[in-house]
Amino acid sequence: MSSYEAPIKELGETYLLPEGTTAHEVTETIAGVTETPAPRGWWLLFLLSLSVIGLLGAALAYLFYQGVGAWGNNAPIYWAWDITNFVWWTGIGHAGTLISAILFLFRQKWRTSINRFAEAMTVFAVLCAGLFPAIHTGRPWFDYYLFPIPNQMDMWPNFKSPLMWDVFAVSTYLTISVIFWYIGLIPDFATLRDRSKNLARKRTYGFFALGWRGAHRHWQQYERAYLIFAGISTPLVLSVHSVVSFDFATSVVPGWHTTIFPPYFVAGAVFSGFALVMTLMLICRAVFKLHNIVTVKHLDLMNKFMLGTGLLVGYAYAMEFFIAWYSANPYEQWVFLHNRLGFGILDENGNWGPLWWAYYAMVFCNVVVPQIFWFKRARTSVPIMFVASILINIGMWFERFVIIATSTYRDFLPSSWGMFHPTAIDVLTYLGTFGLFFTLFLLFVRWIPMIAIAEIKGTLPGAHPDLHALEAHDEEPSAAAAPVPAE
Amino acid sequence: MANQNKKPALYLAEYDTPNALAGAAMRVRDAGYESWDCHTPYAMHGMDEAMGLKPPRIGFISFIFGMLGVGTAVVLMQYTNAFDFDFLGIGAGYPLIVGGKPPGAFPSMVPIMFELGILLTGFATLFGLLGIIKLPRHNHPIFESDRFEAATDDKFFISIEADDKKFDLERTKALLESTNPTYLELVEEEVL
Repeated sequence: MSSYEAPIKELGETYLLPEGTTAHEVTETIAGVTETPAPRGWWLLFLLSLSVIGLLGAALAYLFYQGVGAWGNNAPIYWAWDITNFVWWTGIGHAGTLISAILFLFRQKWRTSINRFAEAMTVFAVLCAGLFPAIHTGRPWFDYYLFPIPNQMDMWPNFKSPLMWDVFAVSTYLTISVIFWYIGLIPDFATLRDRSKNLARKRTYGFFALGWRGAHRHWQQYERAYLIFAGISTPLVLSVHSVVSFDFATSVVPGWHTTIFPPYFVAGAVFSGFALVMTLMLICRAVFKLHNIVTVKHLDLMNKFMLGTGLLVGYAYAMEFFIAWYSANPYEQWVFLHNRLGFGILDENGNWGPLWWAYYAMVFCNVVVPQIFWFKRARTSVPIMFVASILINIGMWFERFVIIATSTYRDFLPSSWGMFHPTAIDVLTYLGTFGLFFTLFLLFVRWIPMIAIAEIKGTLPGAHPDLHALEAHDEEPSAAAAPVPAE
Repeated sequence: MANQNKKPALYLAEYDTPNALAGAAMRVRDAGYESWDCHTPYAMHGMDEAMGLKPPRIGFISFIFGMLGVGTAVVLMQYTNAFDFDFLGIGAGYPLIVGGKPPGAFPSMVPIMFELGILLTGFATLFGLLGIIKLPRHNHPIFESDRFEAATDDKFFISIEADDKKFDLERTKALLESTNPTYLELVEEEVL
């Protein structure tokens, strides 16, 4: 009976949390974060993030006043930082769904320590991502054109466009992520409600807990609903970044028109998402002293994931070069050898492709850096994984920039070559989304249990009854000697 | 205890360990009660069997609405991009030829069929779940008990409700006492 919950000793598995951890300690540790006054560092970070949101507001106001000319986008690079940021933020979100849904389906119990955290990150990252296409239209007050709403012009969207698919994919992804997150939160809101000392807290958490009373008849339906959500989120998360990659792959631009894009984008998304979960988790673990719940074992497993997805991404980079050679398409070869590598083919003046450094930055951060995780000492060293996770995030941003900018800045006709230079508004808008992300994130760690309390308790030793032992016990005479029910 | 404005709502028995809870649940199950429940801080596996519950049926709702979402997407895209008639004055669609494809080209419609299918499955699962377990409900009499606050922390409870056909103040109490709870309480609710 308990074989599913208990660790498989033959494989050397042990319980995830230290022996002797009680359910009450778990509640205290996690719920306690929301009940004690915020540390001074939290206030500092919160005020900083809020002021960065102010920067975002100012950058957007200027952008709307001036038009998208305020950005560096210009012929021939019409998609630049905005779409880079969109793809990057969407990718960040994917790790959350991977951890909460795919690892759930594979019965990876270690996910319970990080899934809430990663799901929150998904929601906030997708919010930041959605901002970019909305403002990239230049006239965001006309964004309703994107939805099939009957209107006075009798105008309908073109459903054959991958950009339309994107609208549906990203908005579905956001909606489902929010619902999945909230369903997971209901029992934990009930825990906070029952621990509340004052009425305002009790009422607020009670409202969101929906009157949850931990009834097993509810848990049974709840677990099935959770399984269904995991089941639909898994293909959904794979579809979202595939659809994002269709924005590029269905075009005829050399460097974009590639069939490897959907799996390549999904692997990269998971890779970067894991890196950001790692960065933030390490900070929160240190600040809120969660070392007992997010153990080195968890971090080790996450690093293995980063190594694995990093290898997938490296394979995709190599395969792109192989196909450029194998297709014998001179434009494709030009993009990879000149625009990206720089020195492979020089232009008519004997110059390198001026954006070559972005490609090398990407390869260093995404392919070279994760190789350190082959070593157990690196996988279990907090400073090394912290630095590596930040480098991977930078590298993944460069990957999207490389795909978007280095494919378009020098393509078919030398007369229409150009160069991309970001403006201050580009930089401020990108930085500003960090303000939005971190403000939401800091509010989350203060007010919402950042680790799934109920799920963690289910992984403790002896959390589940041993029915076979109980039934065998019932047949013994000593059990029959217990008081007989009066009926 | 009992006064004129209150009536018994349920018996609440508290246990310290999952095994004690499961053992007690099997006794209550075998005694033939129907309107009763176990309350645990986390989803406890094996309790379906101990309580004699049928498998959950929420999947049917999700599936039906998922298919409805796929159908909605097909109708939406075909109406707006492939045909030319006005339905109830919402504005006619028009055949839209892009990239030399037929107006109603199916392959390009697959991504949105998939996404809308997922979206409706998600909503149906959420609202189906809340409908089946009859939440939100904030006024359940079980919250009258102060001990019950531990049900979301580290204690396990069995509640037998007064509206059960077999509920009897004395016999039900005796049954629960025989399962050796660490605490037993008759929870009352106010009569309006």
